[in-house]
Amino acid sequence: MNLTFCKKANYIKTLFFLLLIFVYPFQKISASDEISEKKETKTEAKHEGASSEKEKFNAGKVIIEHVVDNHEWHIAKFGETHVTIPLPVILIDNGKLITFCSSNFHHATQSYNGYIIAEEGKHKGKIVKVLEDGITIDESAAVPVDLSITKNVMSLFIGLFVLCAIFLSVARKYKKNNLRAPKGLQSMVEPLIIFVRDDIAKPSIGEKRYGKFMPFLLTIFFFIFINNLLGLIPFFPGGANLTGNIAITMVLAVFTFLITTFSTNKAYWTHIINTPGVPWWLKFPIPLMPIVEILGVFTKPFVLMVRLFANITAGHIIILSFTSLIFIFANINIGVGYGVSIISIIFNVFMGLLELLVAFLQAYVFTLLSAIYFGMAQVEHHHEEAHDHSA
Amino acid sequence: MELVTPGIGLIFWMTLSFAIVLFILAKYAWKPIMNMLHEREQFIENALSSADKAKQEMANLQSNNEQLLKEAKEERDALLRDARKVRENLIEEAKGKAQLEANKIVEQAKENIQFEKMNAITDLKNQLASLSVDIAERILRDELSNVEKQKEVINNLLKDIKFN
Repeated sequence: MNLTFCKKANYIKTLFFLLLIFVYPFQKISASDEISEKKETKTEAKHEGASSEKEKFNAGKVIIEHVVDNHEWHIAKFGETHVTIPLPVILIDNGKLITFCSSNFHHATQSYNGYIIAEEGKHKGKIVKVLEDGITIDESAAVPVDLSITKNVMSLFIGLFVLCAIFLSVARKYKKNNLRAPKGLQSMVEPLIIFVRDDIAKPSIGEKRYGKFMPFLLTIFFFIFINNLLGLIPFFPGGANLTGNIAITMVLAVFTFLITTFSTNKAYWTHIINTPGVPWWLKFPIPLMPIVEILGVFTKPFVLMVRLFANITAGHIIILSFTSLIFIFANINIGVGYGVSIISIIFNVFMGLLELLVAFLQAYVFTLLSAIYFGMAQVEHHHEEAHDHSA
Repeated sequence: MELVTPGIGLIFWMTLSFAIVLFILAKYAWKPIMNMLHEREQFIENALSSADKAKQEMANLQSNNEQLLKEAKEERDALLRDARKVRENLIEEAKGKAQLEANKIVEQAKENIQFEKMNAITDLKNQLASLSVDIAERILRDELSNVEKQKEVINNLLKDIKFN
């Protein structure tokens, strides 16, 4: 199982790498665009040419804006009108709770109440304080703690609501429809529940102890899976890059880390401090193995965090890149844009299907690795002996 | 940078809401679901094993029935055989007895016949004797009615008698 998983991970890495190659040029293009834009504004002033502002399409910027968090939920843009869902801004500034609606920022163009969404600099995308002129960022003031209900938080709530709605109703059905064949939604989720139990938890943790980890494993599996799928829907209520957000994956990984650490037994720590089956000189004068093992304790959840984040973000970026291609070429020539759109759509369909697979695969991998870590937290004694034999 | 910097707000909301959802689902969804799944699996397992058992019992019953049938047949055959033997014996015996009886009767009849015959012979002898005496008496009477004849007879008789 580990082997196949490694293969999959490798495959996904390759995908991500390819994607980086793909996206990098666009960002280059966008960078050069910005430069040319500046040049053009200068020349515009001279030539008073037609406004090229509307024609500009910055693929890198658009993609990153779609992938990162936002204080409003942008749905569409008709001409100059943005259709957005305004979301509440909650700030804690010097111990004071400040709340207002994000529409006051007018799509990050204006300041409100002494706050603005930084467009540039190290706090890009964050809410910062402005000086009294309403434009200049107050570099000396502390950045307020931003607990806003952002697009991702909203998406998180939607995802969690869907999760609760599905499984509480399914649980009710189980109680009512006891000992009968599953029906409807129940029969849709039951194979997955049994998959998590029989193919993830039981082999990784062991027949005896898997039970107490099941609630967490099922929750993360379905949380990741449902949010991955929601992320693939291009419109509200989907479209947020939630599972591709490092904060989300970090919290999930921390949960796994904490549960692993709190369910360890003595053998686990002996295994780390005095790794069996390793020559003594790797442990004694310089505790090389213990250092590696202790690092491993932290790298495991770190890898979990990065893998999910990178895979999902990668998927979003690829799909957005193919879509952006249409506009990049349309900027050159409308006809070329239409031509490219056909290819782009074909690729997007392909990517969409691939992302469906990845959505499941990443949920599976995250759950499987968590289960393996839980299993490792309670290494059995004969395990060590096996190590000794192999040494 | 923004992409790989976790936002405080999102961490906060995620931790809070995920923990709550984890708790709710663990208590109200996963626990009943896992229990019911387990229960159902147990139920199916039991049902299957009891079906197996029933099948086994059925097979046992059938073989028992066959055994019984076989035994019954055997018994019937044995009974029939016995009955036939008894009948034959009876007939044989009856035949023997009848023969014996018949023989006895014949014997008795023979004895009776002998007896009757003897009687008849004796009777005949007696009658013959008395008849002979009668006849002799008559003859003698006739013969000895005159003196001459008497003398002649006496002479004849005397002639026969030799004196040694």
